[in-house]
Amino acid sequence: MAETKTIDPKETAATRLWNWLTETQVWKSVFRHDRPDSDRTRVLVMLSNVFLHLHPVRMRKSGVKLRYTWCMGGMSFFLFLSLTLTGLLLMFYYRPTLEYAYTDIVALREHVPLGIMREMHRWGAHAMVITVMLHMFRVFLTGSYKPPREFNWSVGVIMLVLTLLLSFTGYLLPWDQLAIWAITVGSNMARATPFLGHEGPGAALLRLGDVPLIHAYDDARFALLGGSFVGEGALLRFYVLHCVGLPLVIAVLMAVHFWRVRKDGGISGPL
Amino acid sequence: MGLLKGTINALADPRLYFIVAVLSLIVMVWKREKVASNAFGYSMMGLLTAFFVFGAFDPNFQLIIGKPDNVPIIGLIFSLLFLTWYAMREAVRNDRRIAAGKGPIEKEESDRVWVWPDLVYTELISLVVCSVILIVWSIVLKAPLEQPANRSVTPNPSKAPWYFLGLQEMLVYFDPWLAGVVLPGLIIVGLIAIPYIDKNPKGNGYYTFNERKAEIVIFLFGFVILWVSLIVLGTFLRGPNWNFFGPFEYWDVHKLEALVNVNLSEYIWVRALRTGLPGNWFLREIFGILFVIVYTFALPPILAKSAFKKYYEKLGPPRYYVTVFLFLMMMSLPAKMLLRWLFNLKYIVAIPEFFFNI
Repeated sequence: MAETKTIDPKETAATRLWNWLTETQVWKSVFRHDRPDSDRTRVLVMLSNVFLHLHPVRMRKSGVKLRYTWCMGGMSFFLFLSLTLTGLLLMFYYRPTLEYAYTDIVALREHVPLGIMREMHRWGAHAMVITVMLHMFRVFLTGSYKPPREFNWSVGVIMLVLTLLLSFTGYLLPWDQLAIWAITVGSNMARATPFLGHEGPGAALLRLGDVPLIHAYDDARFALLGGSFVGEGALLRFYVLHCVGLPLVIAVLMAVHFWRVRKDGGISGPL
Repeated sequence: MGLLKGTINALADPRLYFIVAVLSLIVMVWKREKVASNAFGYSMMGLLTAFFVFGAFDPNFQLIIGKPDNVPIIGLIFSLLFLTWYAMREAVRNDRRIAAGKGPIEKEESDRVWVWPDLVYTELISLVVCSVILIVWSIVLKAPLEQPANRSVTPNPSKAPWYFLGLQEMLVYFDPWLAGVVLPGLIIVGLIAIPYIDKNPKGNGYYTFNERKAEIVIFLFGFVILWVSLIVLGTFLRGPNWNFFGPFEYWDVHKLEALVNVNLSEYIWVRALRTGLPGNWFLREIFGILFVIVYTFALPPILAKSAFKKYYEKLGPPRYYVTVFLFLMMMSLPAKMLLRWLFNLKYIVAIPEFFFNI
C-alpha cells in the first residue's frame, strides 16, 4: 500500500461545518470512513458502498479515457436507469387494455402540464438501442472480447437482444397505427418459423393423420401475441414483458456483466 | 439544383447505394493512412452535415427526416460514421507506433488510477451531460402519436421499428423464414461465437488494424454495411409498397415497379432445356438444391484447400468450419442481392408446397 496522503483543508466556516457534520452520529452511521481524499479512504469508499462496489478500487488509465471507451457502455446503463424511472411514472397513467391504452396516452399528452416523461422514455429507448450497438462496436474494435472476457461478450450479446426486445415490446403500448402495424410486421415473421410457425417450412410435416399440429391458432406467432392477430392478448403480453419480465432479466444480466468486468480485470486488455 | 438532386436520387438506388457503401468501406480500409488524417475526418463530417442542410430545404426530404422516430437514426448515421473513422484513426496511430517498436498508446495508459475520483467523477459528469441532452431533446421533439389502432386500415408502407428495418430490407431478397427467423438467429449465434472462434491473441485492449485485418474487415462489413446501412436504406429510401424512393423523391403510392423475377428452376427447365417444369418438386428444384448444398457443405472444405488455407491451418478444423459456415451465411445476403440484380433471380430453391423458398 502506498503512503497515505491527506490534504489539509483550510479552516473556514464551511470547513468547520463540514467537519462538524462528518463527526455526527448520523453521518458516521451512513459513511463508515472519512472523506475519500487519501489512498486508504479511496479504497474504503469503493468497498463499503453497495452501489460503488461493482467498480474495482483501481483501474487502468485507458479505462477512464473517453478517447478509448466512448462512454457507450456507461451511457447505456444510464439510459436504462432513466428508462426505469420514467417508465415507472408512465405506469401510473397507463392501462394496457384496448379500451384505455390509446386514450391514456392522449390524456397524458393533453392533461399533464409540461409532461415530457413519454418523450424521455421514447427518445431514451431509441438512444439506448444506439448506445448498446455502438458499445458492442467499440468492444469489438478494441478486441476487448478476447480472453478472459469471452463469456462477458456473450452476456453482452444477449443483453443487446433483450434491449431490442424491450424496445419492440414497448413500441406496441401507445396502441396507435404506428404501434400495431410495426408489431404486425415484426411478429408476422414468427409465422414463418421453421416447424413452429404455420407458414414455416416443415410445419406441414408435424401432423397426426389429417390433424395438423401447427396451425394459426397454436404456432410461434400465437404464443408471442396471445392471439392470431395483434389484439388485446398481445397488448397485455407485451405490457407485462415490457414492464416486468424483460427488465428483470436484463437487470440480472447487467449485474453479471458489470461483476464480470471487474473480475476479468477491467474493461479490456489481458488479465 | 435539379440535376444534383436527380444524381443523388439515382445514386441512392439500392443497387448503387449498396455498391457505393461497400466501395467506401474498401477505400476506407485500403487508404487508411490517408483516411486517418483529421482533415479527412472533419471534411467527411462536414460533407454529411452539408448534405442534410442542403436536403432540409427539399419538401420530400423534410417529410422523411422530419418524422420524430427518424431523428435518432440521423444521430446514428453521424455517430457511426464518426466513430468508424475515429477508430480507424486510432488504429492507424497505434499501428505506426507498433511498427516503430513503441507499443500502442493504451500500453502507456495501463498504469492504474484510483476509481474514486477518476472514474466516479467522469461517470457523474457524463450522467449530467446525458440527462441534459435527453431532457432538451424531449422538450424540443414531441413523441409521435398517430390515429388510434385500426386493424382495417393498413398504412402504406408498414414498417417495423427502425432497428429491424435491416431485417425487413432482407425480405426483398429472402422469404420470412430466412430473413425473419433463421438469419437473425444466426446473427445472434455468430456474435456470441466471435470470441470463441477468434484465436488471434493480438489486439487485446487497444485499437489496431494491422494486427487483426480479417476480423475487423468482416465485422465492419457485417455491422456497418449489412446491419446499419440497410437500416438507413429501409428507413429513408423505402416508401409505399416497399418501393425504392430517392431522398428527394415524392413517395408516390402508385409508383410501379415491374416484378420480372424468375426462379432458377424456370431458368434451367424452361429457358435452357426448353422442356417445361417437371411436376415432381424434387426433380424441379434439383439444381437449386444442389447449388445450396454445394454452397453450404462443399464450399467450406474447398476453400480450406484454396483461398482460406491460411485460416484453416491457423484455426484448426472445428473453429474453421464454424467460422466459414457463419461467414457464408452472412455472405448469402450480398450473394442473393447480386443474383437478383444481375439475373433477376427470384428463388434458388422454390418449393411453395412446403413454404420452403431460398
